[in-house]
Amino acid sequence: MEFPEGLKYSKEHEWVLIEGTSATIGITEYAQEELGDIVFVELPEVGEKIVKDDPFGAVESVKAVSDIYAPVSGEVMETNEILPDNPETINDDPYGDGWMVRVELSDVDDLKDLMDADEYAEYVAQQKEDDDEEEDEDEDDGEEEDEDEDEDK
Amino acid sequence: MVEFAGWEMPVQYRGVIDEHLAVRGKAGLFDVSHMGEIEVRGAGALEFCQRLTANDVARLQLFQAQYSFLLNEQGGVIDDVIIYRVKPEAYFICVNASNIDKDFAWLAGHADAAVEVENQSAMYAQLALQGPAAEAILQPLTAQALSAIKSFQFQFADVATIRCMVARTGYTGEPGFELYCHGDAAERLWDTLMAAGEPNGLVAVGLGARDTLRLEKAYPLYGHELDDSTTPLEAGLEWVLKLAKPSFFGRERLLEQKQHGVTRKLVGLEALEPGIPRGGYGVFKDDAKIGAITSGTKSPSLGKAIALAYVASGEARLENRVDVEIRGRKIAAQIVPLPFYRR
Repeated sequence: MEFPEGLKYSKEHEWVLIEGTSATIGITEYAQEELGDIVFVELPEVGEKIVKDDPFGAVESVKAVSDIYAPVSGEVMETNEILPDNPETINDDPYGDGWMVRVELSDVDDLKDLMDADEYAEYVAQQKEDDDEEEDEDEDDGEEEDEDEDEDK
Repeated sequence: MVEFAGWEMPVQYRGVIDEHLAVRGKAGLFDVSHMGEIEVRGAGALEFCQRLTANDVARLQLFQAQYSFLLNEQGGVIDDVIIYRVKPEAYFICVNASNIDKDFAWLAGHADAAVEVENQSAMYAQLALQGPAAEAILQPLTAQALSAIKSFQFQFADVATIRCMVARTGYTGEPGFELYCHGDAAERLWDTLMAAGEPNGLVAVGLGARDTLRLEKAYPLYGHELDDSTTPLEAGLEWVLKLAKPSFFGRERLLEQKQHGVTRKLVGLEALEPGIPRGGYGVFKDDAKIGAITSGTKSPSLGKAIALAYVASGEARLENRVDVEIRGRKIAAQIVPLPFYRR
């Protein structure tokens, strides 16, 4: 799994590309893989303010909805216009064409809480280990994809 | 994997959309061993099943199956089931995994000396082979002529030397079979079918695609469209009920409801604006709440967002334009005919 150097990563599995005071945000390869086929993306409007750690949009797989949490605070300058009609782009190219929004940072201190590629790779490895343990213990009840767990016929 | 009713279940193998389209186009194999099986047998078995279920069990010939309900006194759905007449005086009832204990307690609690009710859920595994190529994949593995098994019929037959109950039933809207076998043989049956089906494009299918396939066909899912306080009349499943039968649980209440009319009805919705209605979201007409979504998804076959919803009967007309509230935002939707998808 790929975690490009030069990006910052959040615990909610978003990546951030910093260029001056502009931050481009998307979700990581790990996140898109966990979600599966993405069929709908809800993004904020240009001019909206997003707030660090608050949901600013949503991605939906066939099966479930997941909020996307803002890794930084700022004003939305641009959204990725190809996503509404081609949400699967996030699966195909999460760090490139699958970017979501570009914001003007309101506080550069927000970046301190983010991880670099190595730290994030370790964080993901830890998450996977936790998942496996949960499965082993037969306590796998808090996963994202459980949201829409069904009483199956 | 997710935990479901005590089972570790695969949501997907290679992706919900791929698996869904494989079942519509070729074939898919599902491990649905979590489903429960309860056998009712004895001299009083027919009479018992007539009283405890809503369809007409007397119509079942040997080796025939029917879709039916266990209903409570109020006409609410305890479970939706398939009943197989496996012997002249024995019926095999396939029930939902989450309802096994409830169903068994209900059935056993009403049994008299003329019937035995046995929970055999731990004994059986079930694999569903579904899709247009299902018969071509299965036929070379069995001496049983599959063409002789019509829809909602079954036979006991060996599939690659594994004793199975082979039923032409399913939950996908595609031609196909459900195979019940002893749990010990299930892994070998799975491997045999997968190997035999690979040249025909057979893929393993998880719970995710099972849900999207059934939703396109508007098949109800217990806990979503059906529950203990919902009647089959509200769910649009009156065809299953045989109200002319002299007596069965829920009959009086259903007759009354039929006479007075239901207050809410299950309808199909298609989104007219971007967004996916999901279970629990509110349905509105001119800002007044008229109901709620029970299931919704982006249909892989149709490429549109579709949903089932209970709405006030007065609003349950085709082409009625309504709004669905999605995370605080309303999108337009329209009531459409069911099923959403036809082959």
